[in-house]
Amino acid sequence: MAEAALPRSRAASRDVVAGATAATGARVVAQGLGRRFQTPHGPVDALRDVSVTVEPGTFCVIVGPSGCGKSTLLRLVAALDRPTSGALTISRPDGRQPTNAMVFQGRSVFPWLTLRQNVAYGLKLRGVPRRERGDRADALLAMVGLKGFARAYPHQISEGMRQRVAIARALAVDPDLLLMDEPFGALDEQTRYLLQEELLRIWDRTGKTVLFVTHSIDEALILADRIVVMAAQPGTVREVIDVPFSRPRTLTGVRSDPVFTSLFGDIWGMIREEVTRSRAAQEAELPR
Amino acid sequence: MRPRRAAEITLTIAAPLLLLAIWELLSRGGVLNPIFWPRPSSLIDTFWRMVTKEGLMTDIRISLLRIIGGFLLGAVPAVVLGLAMGLFWPVRVFFMPLASAIYAIPKIAVLPLVIIAFGIGEASKLVIVAVSIFFLVALNTMSGVLEIDPTYRDAARNLGASRWELFYSVALPGALPQIFTGLRLGLGFALIVIVGAEFLAAKRGIGYQIWEDYQTLRIKQMFVGLVVTAMMGWGLTMLLTGLERLAMPWRRSA
Ligand SMILES: Nc1ncnc2c1ncn2[C@@H]1O[C@H](COP(=O)(O)OP(=O)(O)OP(=O)(O)O)[C@@H](O)[C@H]1O
Ligand SMILES: [Mg+2]
Repeated sequence: MAEAALPRSRAASRDVVAGATAATGARVVAQGLGRRFQTPHGPVDALRDVSVTVEPGTFCVIVGPSGCGKSTLLRLVAALDRPTSGALTISRPDGRQPTNAMVFQGRSVFPWLTLRQNVAYGLKLRGVPRRERGDRADALLAMVGLKGFARAYPHQISEGMRQRVAIARALAVDPDLLLMDEPFGALDEQTRYLLQEELLRIWDRTGKTVLFVTHSIDEALILADRIVVMAAQPGTVREVIDVPFSRPRTLTGVRSDPVFTSLFGDIWGMIREEVTRSRAAQEAELPR
Repeated sequence: MRPRRAAEITLTIAAPLLLLAIWELLSRGGVLNPIFWPRPSSLIDTFWRMVTKEGLMTDIRISLLRIIGGFLLGAVPAVVLGLAMGLFWPVRVFFMPLASAIYAIPKIAVLPLVIIAFGIGEASKLVIVAVSIFFLVALNTMSGVLEIDPTYRDAARNLGASRWELFYSVALPGALPQIFTGLRLGLGFALIVIVGAEFLAAKRGIGYQIWEDYQTLRIKQMFVGLVVTAMMGWGLTMLLTGLERLAMPWRRSA
């Protein structure tokens, strides 16, 4: 059943970018997941009763108003934080322990390492020999358009370039599950489009499961198999939408599809409602 | 960059030269009593005599070794403790009251205790320097770790870093700027304390030399000792700045 759930078969890949072995996508199952933070102003439910299943190899995009718990959800999946209620199971179809790598929202590239050392960091922790991890880091840097910057330090490059380093660093360890928290948010539009295409290519080749957070509905529709629309205060799943465009996709192909326009309208409608609702809720809390 | 660098060097040298020039003029003009305020130009002779005849270089070497040795003895464990205090809250909570209390004691006041424990010899000199910088460096290191953006820790953990790997690949490099702030402050403390300790309990060293010359009213020699101490402080600061640049290549602007 697990095998059947895979959207389609993918060629095993042995190229540098994907790593030595092709990853098998992980399955993510959240059941009644909750995360409550204790704050000086009382408890805050960042997530309440979130139940979603992401099948292996699925590209799942999460959208929702600011503060609805998207980053919290990703941190739980990455095991950087623990749920206060519910259960979270991450598994691989072959029963092995799945691996994940996160592209963080905001600054996460180590300022004290060169770009090559940054990308190779996870490989070093895994004991990959120096030469091999250097070569792999260079290949990934070239892929994200930073060839020739291997020996630069992060402060010498732009914010958008740093974000591309973070993406390369996560891809370097060839994870079963790729967690991306607004990875393209700080990028200029051209770079964003190029990296969207590149990410689609990588994903087509490798069969990773991807959990991808974005504020861009356009981006969600281009990338996703399924879109999870979240609601804020408390953070819950409002709707799960299947995106029907055939693969492999191109940016122009998806945008010119009439279904794109109608799905865009549907999702924007939901998000507008949620944003309005969460603003009203925030304002209601202000006088206290 | 170039003209800026030249201007920097000029300005750096200008201040001490200006001070010496004013002193020289006041002394020559009879405003300052030359018995107690000998002309700077006359100190050059004295300095040379002290170097060739009175073993000034040996005093300088002895004091420098005490400072550098004591510095290493104090700073290395202080950095390790500071990193642990920054990373692990039980370590922090356990050591914090002790560190804050001892940090506030004027270190020279501990000298008798150090002499009781380590004797009058070199060991007590190294220890008093080490003690005087230990908590300063540890507390600076700790706050350096605490100020590291938690995302860096998360990123390292997410990529599989163990505690030990977090220690040296995130906490240490991330706290280095603050560690060096602590070391630079500590250097000032170390100089004060070693000169004080040599006043009170030494048979050689630059502090001993200054005190002896004061007591025998060899005012010129005393002044040379002061200038030498200032130069030692300046030299050690330069050394530390060089080390800082070596240790943090990512801070050098392109
Ligand atoms: N460590 C924490 N302590 C207390 N409250 C927290 C903590 N982390 C998150 N929260 C709260 O949980 C809620 C969800 O935060 P989260 O960062 O997951 O939102 P988000 O959907 O990622 O928002 P954005 O789109 O702005 O990044 C917010 O109300 C936030 O204030
Ligand atoms: Mg977020």
